[in-house]
Amino acid sequence: MKSAVIVFPGSNCDRDAHDAIERVTGEKPAMVWHQESELPEGTEFVMIPGGFSYGDYLRCGAMASRSAILPAVVAHAATGAPVLGVCNGFQILTESGLLPGALMRNAGLTFVCEKAPLKIDNGNTRFTSRYGATSELIIPIAHHDGNYFADAETLDRIEGEGQVVFRYGNNPNGSQRDIAGVMNEQGNVLGMMPHPERAVDEKHGGTDGLALFESLLGSA
Amino acid sequence: MTQYADGIAAEIVAEHGINDEEYAIILDRLGRAPNMVELGIFSVMWSEHCSYKSSRAHLGKFPTSGEKVIQGPGENAGVIDIGDGQACIFKMESHNHPSYIEPYQGAATGVGGILRDVFTMGARPVALMNALRFGAPDHEKTQHLVGGVVAGIGGYGNCVGVPTVGGETNFHEGYNGNILVNAMAVGLAETDNIFYARGAEPGQPIVYVGSKTGRDGIHGATMASAEFDDESEEKRPTVQVGDPFVEKKLIEACLELMATDAIAAIQDMGAAGLTSSSVEMADKGGIGIKLIMDDVPQREENMSTYEMMLSESQERMLVIMKPGREDVAKAIFEKWELDVAVIGETTDTGRMVLEHKGEIVCDIPVAPLADDAPKYERPYFAPEVRAQINAKDVAQPSHMGEVLLKLMSSPNMASKAWIWRQYDRHVMADTAASSEDPSDAAIVRVHGTNKALAITTDCTPRYCYADPFEGGKQAVAEAWRNLTATGADPIAITDCLNFGNPEREEIMGQFVGCVEGMAQACAALNFPVVSGNVSLYNETNGVAIPPTPAVGGVGLIPDMDKRAGFGGMSEGHILMVVGKTTGAMGASTYLRVVEGREDGGAPMVDLDREKAHGNFVRGQIRAGRISACHDLSDGGLACAAADMALASQTGIKLAHDADSDVPMHGFLFGEDQARYLMAAKKDDAIAIIQDAKAEDIDIQVVGLAGGTAVSVNGAHHLELDRLRAAWEGWMPDLMEPVAEAAE
Repeated sequence: MKSAVIVFPGSNCDRDAHDAIERVTGEKPAMVWHQESELPEGTEFVMIPGGFSYGDYLRCGAMASRSAILPAVVAHAATGAPVLGVCNGFQILTESGLLPGALMRNAGLTFVCEKAPLKIDNGNTRFTSRYGATSELIIPIAHHDGNYFADAETLDRIEGEGQVVFRYGNNPNGSQRDIAGVMNEQGNVLGMMPHPERAVDEKHGGTDGLALFESLLGSA
Repeated sequence: MTQYADGIAAEIVAEHGINDEEYAIILDRLGRAPNMVELGIFSVMWSEHCSYKSSRAHLGKFPTSGEKVIQGPGENAGVIDIGDGQACIFKMESHNHPSYIEPYQGAATGVGGILRDVFTMGARPVALMNALRFGAPDHEKTQHLVGGVVAGIGGYGNCVGVPTVGGETNFHEGYNGNILVNAMAVGLAETDNIFYARGAEPGQPIVYVGSKTGRDGIHGATMASAEFDDESEEKRPTVQVGDPFVEKKLIEACLELMATDAIAAIQDMGAAGLTSSSVEMADKGGIGIKLIMDDVPQREENMSTYEMMLSESQERMLVIMKPGREDVAKAIFEKWELDVAVIGETTDTGRMVLEHKGEIVCDIPVAPLADDAPKYERPYFAPEVRAQINAKDVAQPSHMGEVLLKLMSSPNMASKAWIWRQYDRHVMADTAASSEDPSDAAIVRVHGTNKALAITTDCTPRYCYADPFEGGKQAVAEAWRNLTATGADPIAITDCLNFGNPEREEIMGQFVGCVEGMAQACAALNFPVVSGNVSLYNETNGVAIPPTPAVGGVGLIPDMDKRAGFGGMSEGHILMVVGKTTGAMGASTYLRVVEGREDGGAPMVDLDREKAHGNFVRGQIRAGRISACHDLSDGGLACAAADMALASQTGIKLAHDADSDVPMHGFLFGEDQARYLMAAKKDDAIAIIQDAKAEDIDIQVVGLAGGTAVSVNGAHHLELDRLRAAWEGWMPDLMEPVAEAAE
């Protein structure tokens, strides 16, 4: 599977994303600089990693959603190909309108880093199909702005359409309805605050993130 | 009569922290009176913070070399060899004074500064640690300072994307007026691609990169070299403001530039900014330097040379390039959208010449700035030796479980999850153990390998106060022990020596005692000092902090599959203590928490036993016989057992021999040194005990794992659920009122 990782100057999970993708797919992803305007030819899967894209002194992800590379990501998503945004990547996807809702400051007002218990809410997606009977995961989180918000009507709709993919077992940030990850209506764009790329290795953070990348491998 | 340049008077010289004797040296070296710019430059270069004028006479006592030392003190950071062509580069530094005045920015820029010290040398930073000391929990400023410092450390480290993997936090009223914020950075480099401040030659361009220079932080180094008084809050404008996003770009850009062959010498602009970075490179290269101040990127209009040379604006580097390679730097820094400018060149004159608006505004020889900095042999006296206190001389409490609960929920022992939850500990995906994990040291894998760095920070200030020499020894020994308890080979340390006013003989006595104790332990344990920092004048209105020589230790785990933590104990495992227990209670956590007293002598560290016990424990870990291992320190055996029980979710039945010389509370809470608690399956335990006997190592079976409580001789029960709630609850109870008020 040909993959690409988008790199902003303040991305800091780009290497972790690179290594996780390589571990699962056996192929090194292309690292695509934010000033590019096209993805490498033949790209199947795009990942927007965590970090602080442009420092995030404005709303998280707001500047990145207007960066040179973003139109190419939007166009890629429109073809139905898979796009995954993690943490700052999730914020960028909501800011760019690819995903519903917004991510506000954590309810506790502090940065939260912990190994978060998650529940798979929809195991029948191209991001979760390989989890099989597993419905509970431990995946690390690390963010200051992960408090998922949408109006009640939107929340009802995305729940009804099966767009809520992950929920927190122990809501760490005040997210509406414990939402930790949502996808678009078409099911090819997923945003999530937890870091699956930090959970692909026994010696660091466990392996509960592996099946997410494996699911993609089968679906791209 | 003393000579002054136009516009300068005796008071102005004094305000720059330069005394009469020092001013006379300046007059002699220049052959004339210095102008304002020159006075400012001498002032920062000769400040305590930059020149180590009170401490240098004693720092030479540290052992600083060894088989694995590539670079000892004197460069931006220390460098050790970790095999396979890889080097580990690390240093710890204080940011105490600014953090008290403005906790968020003070702590944040402390992290930024120490990161630059490490990547300046060509290392990618892979881990951050910190050692924090705050005043009494109920002091009016403590909550505000804790909240601000923790947010600042997290705000910076989380954004640059370097995991904050561990540290320590203490509370004591001795820090009410002066908190300590010591940050440590650890990086990895290739041994054949390390960068130094030395190496520049005449005729090379000087390139400025990073943030623009503003008026912030002017005289920060001078502030860090004086005591606080009631007006210290007015110094807020001297605290710098950090921008971790720029730092992140600077790390990537510098590492990209370092992969080319374009750099002759490189230095970050830390304390005393442009002045110290340019003087150090000129001095170490034995050359001169000429800067055109008009070309320095400036954040504000009409900045004077004085302001530019003394600014401590953050996230700036000075690079001396090989001639003709300026374009390489320009291309890289422009890609990362950082300011880059050629601001001068190196010369063969041995002088520092500054030109501004067509005029020479400074022309002074470089050598005196660095070499003729005053060096004081300050008078001192050693404190009186206090009598040891043994448990036999201390009243025995009735219920040991209740005492254990009280100790484990006391400020210094309680869980610090409230703090470390705010630090990204997992970014870079190599953290094998951090603050959340049951490990005596943080463990960070060397990327792409199966070996790992073990990292710890340690110091027991109450021991240093009771007995500077033994306390200094203990700080080094505890760091060595914590690394050993994970299965690592300890390699070297960095230090951050925090003390009060060295012009007071008592304080200088504490400093000398601690340094000599540390030096003895470093030598005995083959654990040299490779970098460090001294922070003096931690006093307010004449009251000094407890002596706090924080030690940052680094070791190597050659094979990650052979290591230990303290969370692997299971029901039926045998608990053993390596090392002799006598019930030492002087300056102990028990005395402080239970009896409200801090008297008595510090426990003695027998360095030969320390080494023998550590080597034995490490050998048993690598032999795969140990299910859990924990060093014994604050609160003794009972607190270590409580940690192990909580982490392993298994109770512990401790057994005290009623016929022994050591009373039960001494057995449980005594702080004898050079000890470890280990758990092992029965068969393994038998083998371990046999080995210990053969090697003449003290070992004692102290209990059995099982049940849901910590108990002693079938009584004194403390249920783990109750213990956990109290241990976890203390810090949120302290801090949460602040969070609610902020909402």
